[in-house]
Amino acid sequence: MFERNVMNLRLAQGLVLGVTLGLAVGVGAYTFVYARGYSYMTDNAEACVNCHIMQEQYSGWLKSSHRAVAVCNDCHTPPDLIGKYTTKAQNGFWHSYYFTTGWFDDNIQITPRGREVTEKACRNCHQEIVEAIEGPHAGASEWQTSCLRCHNSVGHLH
Amino acid sequence: MTEENKSENAGNDLNAKTATTPRKRSWLRFWGVVALAVVATVLGLALLVNIFQRKQEERNPFFRVVELTDDTVDPAIWGKNFPLQYDDYLKTTDQVRTRYGGSEAEPRTPTQADPRSIVAQSRLEEDPRLKLMWAGYAFAKDFREERGHAYMLEDQMFTERQQVTQQPGTCINCHASVYVAYKQLGGGDIVKGFEQLNRTPYFEARKFVTHPVACIDCHDSQTMQLRVTRPAFMEGIRAFKASQGIQNYDVNKQATRQEMRAFVCGQCHDEYHFSGPEKRLVYPWAKGLQVENILAFYDEQKFKDWEHAETGAPVLKAQHPEFEMWNQGIHARSGVACADCHMPYKREGALKVSDHHVRSPLLNINRACQTCHRWSEDELKSRVETIQRRTYDLRNLAMDALIDLINDIKAAKGAGRTDTGVRTAQDFQRRAQFYLDFIESENSNGFHAPQEAARILGESINFSRKGQVALRGGV
Repeated sequence: MFERNVMNLRLAQGLVLGVTLGLAVGVGAYTFVYARGYSYMTDNAEACVNCHIMQEQYSGWLKSSHRAVAVCNDCHTPPDLIGKYTTKAQNGFWHSYYFTTGWFDDNIQITPRGREVTEKACRNCHQEIVEAIEGPHAGASEWQTSCLRCHNSVGHLH
Repeated sequence: MTEENKSENAGNDLNAKTATTPRKRSWLRFWGVVALAVVATVLGLALLVNIFQRKQEERNPFFRVVELTDDTVDPAIWGKNFPLQYDDYLKTTDQVRTRYGGSEAEPRTPTQADPRSIVAQSRLEEDPRLKLMWAGYAFAKDFREERGHAYMLEDQMFTERQQVTQQPGTCINCHASVYVAYKQLGGGDIVKGFEQLNRTPYFEARKFVTHPVACIDCHDSQTMQLRVTRPAFMEGIRAFKASQGIQNYDVNKQATRQEMRAFVCGQCHDEYHFSGPEKRLVYPWAKGLQVENILAFYDEQKFKDWEHAETGAPVLKAQHPEFEMWNQGIHARSGVACADCHMPYKREGALKVSDHHVRSPLLNINRACQTCHRWSEDELKSRVETIQRRTYDLRNLAMDALIDLINDIKAAKGAGRTDTGVRTAQDFQRRAQFYLDFIESENSNGFHAPQEAARILGESINFSRKGQVALRGGV
């Protein structure tokens, strides 16, 4: 008698746990697919306009000189795999947070960290010309000027 | 009970105790996991609904709830189809100061003649020199900082200027939504209606209108495209284009979409005069948009607004030439229209709408300036205020120079002089005063065209001093 009670209780517990966890995972998975979450794992520039906010930047990029040679990720994430996905995860979280709550300025602005990533990307591809200007050196602390200060519209105007 | 039983019972008790604690713990753990899963599900669903909502907004920019016609004046009806724009439009009741402009809400005791309980600060009290500049004209009686669009009709109706002079219906052209009134008065022809309204005395004409500027004054009711509804602007811009060699310019057919985003504002924010006994509203642009072109136009017409009460000079009152000044500046040159800074795009969910809360860009720097200028808000604000402070300082110098000239002419006339020196000085007063007022009455404190504003004020100072020299037998 006592053992059957315990069995029933275990079964009920298992059911409740299974249903709630299942719901959570199911809703999460559906939201992920519905919001095209998988697209963020790719290099496709269209992923960045999933949520409309980057529409101006995307439209600007389509008309820019860099369209043929670089997609969003080339300039906005570091080239190594770990750096790339850490940056994606970090930006992805804060973008979701601000864009869902709506607590952000309309003309969005790049973060200091994001600016450094982009500056590095300029210097990586255009290494020869940068060396001709500044000479070869190691890290960000030795940068004497900023590519973006003057060439801030090569990727996209806004 | 035997000893054995006792110990057995004690053993049971002990077992029961040790058995309940892990069971309790596992229960806690169980419910903890369930609660977390519930919270995760709720958050997941909330996010899903939010994403769904944004996707819907993207698909349906607008729902037609009511049918709008070319006779729908009431903006509340348009607001049913365009609630976001309407909500912002209603906010033009705000009274917010900027450093060199904007209106402050001042309480006042309502009277029979003027039921307003809040007005803007008096410019005449701020700077009493204005009273001497406008001596003999209604502006010396009452002149306050302009308030937002929402107040245009009542502020025009209750200003004390109405008590010292009989104003014509012409004023209504820019102080109310007049498009439908034009059509009714002119039997469908807005130009005829415009002429009729100009001829009617102000308080009679006032009966034909009910709203301050409304949707229909700038938008076509069917397509929402921008259009010009003021005959005075159509005629003015046609005359200006003719001066540049473009004949028969039709603004509603030939202007680009971006030009229209400035022209609809230019319908009212410009220098004007009432021409002839029929009091036709005319924009003085036949020779060009710059201050000397406009003065040359008035000189040719031998037009004066009034005779100065202290000096007898045939003087002019300049009125808010924002459109003209913007045209001389770098923003116009770069293709930036009024609406780009005064009605910048804003985001409402997944929708992008232009902000119909028309106001100073200084109150909205992120949307108004940072679309193009990538500097911090503080930096941009201080750049604008530097321009405005310099203009304001120069304006004060020009004002002092003018007051000196007025006092000198007054003294010369008091001494009985009527010679050519006095007449030359009066002419210089007309020039100096118009140039100074051109910047004084312009609502950007020099920002729309900083160098042009400084040039005009510099010339104004020169005219005033030359007038003083003329009185002393020079020039």
